[in-house]
Amino acid sequence: MPNFFLDNKDIQFHFNNLNIEDVVKICEDDFHDSKEYDYAPINYEDALENYRKVLEIVGDLSGNFISQRATDVDIEGAVFQDGKVSYAKGTKENLTQLAQADLMGMIFPRKYGGINFPFTIYMMAVEIISRADASLMNIFGLQDIADTIKKFGTEEQRQEFLPKFCTGEYTGAMALTEPDAGSDLQAVKLQAYQDEKGAWFLKGVKRFITNGNGDVLLVLARTEAGTKDGRGLSMFACYGDKTVKVRRIEHKLGIHGSPTCELQFNDTPAQLIGQRKFGLIKYVIDLMFRARMGVSAQALGISQAAYEEALKYAKEREQFGKAIYNIPVVTNMLIDMRVMLESNRTLFYSTSKFVDRKEKVEELIEKYKAEGKSFSEENIKLKHLTKIANLLTPLTKFILSETANKITYDALQIHGGTGYMREFKVERLARDARITNIYEGTSQLQVVAASGGVINDVFAELFIEKENKNFKAGLIKLQNHLKEIRLIYLECLKYVVEKKESSFQDVASKDLVELYSYIYIGYLLLDEAEKDDRKIFIANRYIINALANAKKNAESIKAELFSDILHADKILI
Amino acid sequence: MYNSIVLVKQVPDTANISGTVMKDDGTVNRSKLPAIFNHEDKVALELALQLKDKFGGKVTAITMGPPRATDVLRECLFMGADEVYLVTDRKFAGADTLATSFVLSEAIKKIGDFDFIFAGRQAIDGDTAQVGPQTAEKLDLPQISYVEQVIDLKEKSVTIKKKIDGGHEILKAKLPVLLTVIKEAANPRPFSAKKVMAFKGAKSLTELEAMTEGNSLLYIDKLVHEFQSRNLFIKTLTSDDLKLDLEKCGIKGSPTKVYKIESVILAGGNQTKIENSKKGISQLVDKLMEDRIFG
Repeated sequence: MPNFFLDNKDIQFHFNNLNIEDVVKICEDDFHDSKEYDYAPINYEDALENYRKVLEIVGDLSGNFISQRATDVDIEGAVFQDGKVSYAKGTKENLTQLAQADLMGMIFPRKYGGINFPFTIYMMAVEIISRADASLMNIFGLQDIADTIKKFGTEEQRQEFLPKFCTGEYTGAMALTEPDAGSDLQAVKLQAYQDEKGAWFLKGVKRFITNGNGDVLLVLARTEAGTKDGRGLSMFACYGDKTVKVRRIEHKLGIHGSPTCELQFNDTPAQLIGQRKFGLIKYVIDLMFRARMGVSAQALGISQAAYEEALKYAKEREQFGKAIYNIPVVTNMLIDMRVMLESNRTLFYSTSKFVDRKEKVEELIEKYKAEGKSFSEENIKLKHLTKIANLLTPLTKFILSETANKITYDALQIHGGTGYMREFKVERLARDARITNIYEGTSQLQVVAASGGVINDVFAELFIEKENKNFKAGLIKLQNHLKEIRLIYLECLKYVVEKKESSFQDVASKDLVELYSYIYIGYLLLDEAEKDDRKIFIANRYIINALANAKKNAESIKAELFSDILHADKILI
Repeated sequence: MYNSIVLVKQVPDTANISGTVMKDDGTVNRSKLPAIFNHEDKVALELALQLKDKFGGKVTAITMGPPRATDVLRECLFMGADEVYLVTDRKFAGADTLATSFVLSEAIKKIGDFDFIFAGRQAIDGDTAQVGPQTAEKLDLPQISYVEQVIDLKEKSVTIKKKIDGGHEILKAKLPVLLTVIKEAANPRPFSAKKVMAFKGAKSLTELEAMTEGNSLLYIDKLVHEFQSRNLFIKTLTSDDLKLDLEKCGIKGSPTKVYKIESVILAGGNQTKIENSKKGISQLVDKLMEDRIFG
């Protein structure tokens, strides 16, 4: 009876060190709901107990049911027949159970049927479910598209859509991408027009839409005829009714359980969400925080599963008269994987909490606005949190999705020839991981998004504070390494800025972003090592490795490794 | 609308017996085994909840057992039971199926008002499959065991598919009826997050008494009242509450006597090597026929 929450000591560590009292306080509006709902918490401790109990349900379903069905879901996949999409049998069973367990509206207020959990706890659930079946995350994790309706829709729209998301009756999709608008969403063409009564309709094509067969679609469309950039785009909600034709579903490398659809909108009735022209510049940007975190959670879950498979196999497989677990190069690979996994999780929950705080302060400001109260203090807080979330969200997605590929790659390697075969789970994990550094913004775009915060040294104050902190004796060497990495970062930053060559700066920003991530993650790990002796091992390998990598990053920049891109045409024959 | 009573039992997790759990005499040290919800009883509860979802009504779960059996009652609440009863008393200890079904039937009489009694076919610790049928006899109810499916339900009559050796029977019964179910009858639903949060703190009288021990600031009456008002009090029925003839309860009311317990170890005996040839295979078949494994 594996429980994917209870058996995961590292998630337990993070759960026990949540420290989100401020978030919960806003989320629960001073525990007001407990008067009306018997399942609402009466205080912070009670709320934590609720989160723990509910994550136990998620862990039970993931360990005992969802993971058991994952291989069949992968083989069967979602199917497109006679113009209709149907999920694999296991996917349907998974969704039924998740709905029965009241888990389809985790982040929505109780008055709409949700359980009103903070984003961080929802992210834990997404991680746990992704470990069992990564493709299920794409349907389960889309409950937060309804969050856009919650935040920017009218009360009427909330009443119309949210309750049925919470019961699991509706699943959703986010229809942004088009054949000519992938990474560049400003190029979206799908047309939205009004009839003489002012009702909106959608016409055009969307492509690569995850769960595009969903009941409710959130669609980015061009409302301002003649415009060509993001300012002409608005956000709509519509039903996936007969006017929305699924033209095909894609045959993919991985996440077979999740249907990826091409959609044709034929004068589909739609409702405007929020204000006109704010579709891309406000609502997509807002939902991208959560979407990128969702994919990061997916990558983390897959990494956990791959690590478990590799460890189990290494202990069982005997070669040269002993378990390969005891062969130093294999042991070393396993430790590398474990250190990546834990440092990723540390970064992930740190970022989740910042995103959570940002969203809660936004909620608070909306509330104060409605009550006519002053919110200048909250505004300052929000600006600060937004700056951090703008840096950490893409950084997290970049690092977690790239390392998910590395971890699944090594997990397969440890299996040797067997890992290449369908009989073992690890090949599925390697295929499933491959999408995580592509969708919801490629790694290259995440680097662009993170580089602003890196160039502006958003964490300067925090780093100085950490450099002056008295860590316990065994950690001082590591603290000094991080100080050294920071000097390398500052030197490289100066070099890149002074270079004044934009193509060089574009390429070098990956090194800068990596350098910055070492320092931030390094200090998070040192803080953990102060609390838990076992974590010293994690911090030690992570930081020593980071210093070696930092020197390589610096060498690439200062030796002008990238200056040859000016001669690309001569090289790329 | 149909009201159901479900009989549930907490059992040792016999699937996870390890070396430390077996005593030298070959019996199981129950206190070392994790206690779980007997699976077929969970299936019984699921069937009752499905009837409630479809037709409305009330689902009441009962368990007879030691105070720690309150755990399975909480789990019944987490799945959606409306009311639960812990039937417990030191005087019930050592009960065989006769004494157990006597106490349960008296508890059911007290709770009353039902159209269905659901129970698992058998519990994995005793494997007798007798408690359900005996309870029906004592309540003078029709009973169908080995229920695989509820096919139809019309007013006061139910049609059932019952598993029998090599096939099944379709049976019709008048309500009220007692049904014992097998695992194929339904997949138990997961716990509902909302109900877990609402009932996680539900406590039985014994558990509340344990809270007051060593804490002079807590008074049991006040505590019971507080838990009742928050709908978190798990009702307890004792032999006094049920006004039972103690001669029929517990070890006194149990004619079953364990004569002897033997630890049987199944192990391979003599080995014969069979050649991988036509002749060898024919020898093997002869041998198997001689031992009446084939024939």
